[in-house]
Parts: sequence; structure tokens; C-alpha cells
Amino acid sequence: MSYLSIRNLTVRLRGGGPLLRDVSLDVQEGQVHGLVGESGAGKSMIGKAILGILPHSVEVVSGQILLDGTDLQRLSPAERRRRIGASCALIPQDPLTALNPSKRVGPQITDRLVDILGWSRAQAEARAVELLGEVQIPDPARVLRSYPHELSGGMRQRILIASAFAAEPKLIVADEPTTALDVTVQKQILRLMAAMQARHGTALLFVTHDLGVVSKVCQSLSVLYAGMVVEETDVAAFFRGPRHPYAAALLAATPRYTDPAASLTPVPEAVIAAVQAEVAARETGASHG
Amino acid sequence: MLDGRGAIRRRAGARLWLSALWLGALTLAALFAPWIAPKDPLAQDLFLGRLPPFWITGAEPGYWLGTDSLGRDVLSRILFGARVALIVALVAGTLTCVIGATLGLLAGFLRGWIDLAISRLIDIWMAFPPVLFAILLIAVIGPGLGSIILAIVVIDWTRFARVVRAEAMSQGAMDYVASARVAGRGRIGTMLREILPNVLPTITVLLTLEMGIAVIVEAILSFVNLSISTDDPTWGGMIAEGRVSIHQAWWVLVFPLIALFLTVLSFSQLGEGLKDRFDPVLR
Repeated sequence: MSYLSIRNLTVRLRGGGPLLRDVSLDVQEGQVHGLVGESGAGKSMIGKAILGILPHSVEVVSGQILLDGTDLQRLSPAERRRRIGASCALIPQDPLTALNPSKRVGPQITDRLVDILGWSRAQAEARAVELLGEVQIPDPARVLRSYPHELSGGMRQRILIASAFAAEPKLIVADEPTTALDVTVQKQILRLMAAMQARHGTALLFVTHDLGVVSKVCQSLSVLYAGMVVEETDVAAFFRGPRHPYAAALLAATPRYTDPAASLTPVPEAVIAAVQAEVAARETGASHG
Repeated sequence: MLDGRGAIRRRAGARLWLSALWLGALTLAALFAPWIAPKDPLAQDLFLGRLPPFWITGAEPGYWLGTDSLGRDVLSRILFGARVALIVALVAGTLTCVIGATLGLLAGFLRGWIDLAISRLIDIWMAFPPVLFAILLIAVIGPGLGSIILAIVVIDWTRFARVVRAEAMSQGAMDYVASARVAGRGRIGTMLREILPNVLPTITVLLTLEMGIAVIVEAILSFVNLSISTDDPTWGGMIAEGRVSIHQAWWVLVFPLIALFLTVLSFSQLGEGLKDRFDPVLR
């Protein structure tokens, strides 16, 4: 059963053009769904729309975001926030700005548990220590007393992962969680996220531009172009042979580590022209329908 | 690199302590002025007019920094003048800070129509020439300590609002704010618990700068005779009176000027020092 279901979501710049066009996708309970596309395709925007943290300049025009069967768009802002807070979490892109620089790490994990979910302070602190152990941080007590700037990028991303899992959410949106890290750390963090996801049985919406990562951690994926889903399928089928020409070209453009001498294959001009025509066609179709 | 940081911290430390020392001494002087002032600051004695400070021949014992043309003791008047200067600095500075920072924070973090309204108000406000505005205001509501404080608050809140708004905007775009919102914190809660602590170092610096500015504004208004009643000694008033007799008695002008200069400098250095101390990244 799908835990998150987005139906015909259209989001646009206030007084400007659309950023997401008629997007539909499903994330199954306890599964990892990849969201891939070029930068600017609207990957992160989908995550922000789900969590209700769209920038002020952006508005949802139409569509439904069903979380466990409830349409979030129909809830009052306060109720929506409560639901999201209780059942969702975010692993942000940049671990350097994702922790509040003026607060120690410990309270950043425990405050939300205490203030918003009503745990006792002792309970929350025990949970924080336990979680830091789970994400393989040595000496959790010391780390919890540190300020973010005293810790490395990889360490901070581990803390953010721990923090995301703290309240046992049903859905986590990971917005390019490894992009800001260097390659050796990326691999560790990916492995860690996959392990945490499997252990906790959390559904994960994994935003990335790296198809290699998708093949390793996701069960299904959506390919985005210019705010439009051009293909939604399961990972095995996708890597056997994508149906949409843009998706196929994107896959062909992925560098092969087995053959580093081969030159990169960019997405062909003709394919881009075709997918742009498709976007335009859907646009006029939408405005007439 | 570590050494460089250490050197910066040591310098900041000296700056912080020297300015705190001057302001602390000034506060004590202001509090205990009636007991430590050698003479009555208002007592005139025309036979003792324009006495030079103690190291120049012709000085009278007891009049350490000389007397003005009416024979009033300069040191005593500076000590009593510190009271007005400090009250204005503390009260006007704090009020300006609270009002300006609140509006800036609301505009910068909540954005939308609130930001639009506050930003336009700031733009319009800043189009008025400040000193003229203050003089006009006091001419209308009448001179007095309360009027000076009001004038400073009314003119200077935009200084805080502008900077705090920009800072709140840049902090608001950080991922930690998004995380707090996802976790279920409300907008006001996020503003107070996540944004405010990160804007606080900036606010501290602005506040101390504003205290210095308040002292200057009070001096300017005294200078044009729009401060508190002309009997009470103020630094600005002393400078204005000293200007007339600068060729005969330079000390009447110079000593209050030094007090003013050191106080304004100390406030700004205190702010910088505090910022270095409280910024978790620099600490």
C-alpha cells in the first residue's frame, strides 16, 4: 500500500510560470523511492511541497498530497504541521547549514522530541545517545555537548540522519543527502542510510541526480524533467530498459566506472527538443482541460 | 591558523576590558556623582571664572580641571553630565533596539505582506533627515529627558530593523530552519528559538553602537540647546558653552569632548568585543 501518494500536483512561482506540472508519484510503505532529474527539474520542490516548507514565492495551484490516505492540502496549517511533525522527517542537503550554529548538538535532537512530541527530557536524551550509537558515532556523550562547527561534514550528516529517525517517522525525505560530502564519505553515508532505513522500516523519498545511487538504494523511481514526471517505474525495469527516450538518454549519460576512458555521452539535442515539446503539449492540454 | 585566532582573541580581549573599564568607571561616577564631585556643579562664582586645570599656573586647588566662564567646576559638571549621557544611552539604546529588532525579525522571517509593510515604512522613514527630524520633534513636544529618548527611538529604530531583517532573511534560508518547521515548530516558535539566537550577536553589536550614537545625539541636541533644562549639566551643553571661550579657556571645551569621545568609542569597542566572545564559531 502506498504511504505517500501525490496526485496531479502543480506548483508555480507566484505570478509566474509552473515549477511542477501535474506530478503524480507513489511511495510504498517501508520502501525507497528515488527522484532523479537534472538540477532545476523540481526534485527538491516536490520534497518541500510534501513537508509544507515551500518558499514564500511558490504556491501549490492544484493536486493532492495524500499521506496515509489524508489529503494534506485540505488540513489547516496547524493540523498539517502536527501531522508532518509526527510522521515525517527531512534529511537536508547541506549538513553545514542544517544544524543551528548557535545550539549544541544534543538539544537540536532532543528539543523537538520534548517540546513537540511531549517526551520527557531524560527519555529524549537516552534516545539521542542510542541513535548516535546507531549511526556509528564514537563517544556520543561528547558529540551531544559539541557545537556543530566543531564537527566534520560527515559527522554532521550522521547526526542529521540520527535526528531524522529519532521520532520513528513513517516517511523521510532525503534531499540530496550526500551531494555536499566528499566521495569517500558519501559511500559510508549511503550505506548507513540504507541500513537505518531497513532497520526502521521507514519509507524514504530519495532525491538525487545520481543514477548510480538510485540503483543501489531504491526500489522504485521517478524521472523528472522540467517539473514533469517523464517516467515512474521500479528500479529493475528501469535499468533493464527505460521506456521514455529522455530517461534512456539520462541513463546513457551516466559515466561508467568500468570504462573510464570512454567519453561522456550527453543527452542528445533531439531528445531534449522532444521532451520540451512534450512539456509544452501537456501545458496547453492542462490549460484547456 | 590556531595562533592567528589566538591573537585575534587576545586583541579582542584587551578591547573588551578597556572599554568595559571606562564604561564601568563612568557608571560609578554617574551613580555617585553627588558624593564624589568636588564642587557643586551649578555653583557660580564669577571671581573664580576661567580657572585653568591643575597643572597650569594660576590654578586654584580643588578645581582639578578648571572652571568655565561662570566659575563652575568643569570636573563636577562632567561627572553630573555622565548621568544624562548614560541614562540616554541605556534607555534610548535599549528601546530603539527592542522596537527595531522586533520589526526587523518579523519582516525578515515572516516575509509576505508583513515584510512589505515594514520595509516600505522603513524606506519612507529613512527619507527624513534625522537631525532635523529630531529638532522638529523636540520643538513640538518640548525639551526634556523623555523627549530626547523618544526622539532617538523614533529616528533610529530603522537602523536595527534594516540590518536585523537582512540577517533574519539569510538565516531563514538555512536548512536548520526547514528542519525545525518539518519537526512541527510554529512560525513564531521557529523565529524565537532558531533564528533569534543566531541574530543576537549582530543585535548586540548594533545595540552598543546605538548607545554610542544616543550619547552623540544627546550632545548634539544639547549643543543646539534642545536637550534637558539648561541648568542641568550635559556634555553637549558644556561643549556648546566652551566653544564661545575656546581661545581664553580651551579646557571647558576639551574635557567634556574627551569624555564624549571615550564613551562613544568604548560603546562600539564593547560591542565588537562582546560579539567575538559570544559568537560560537569564533569562540
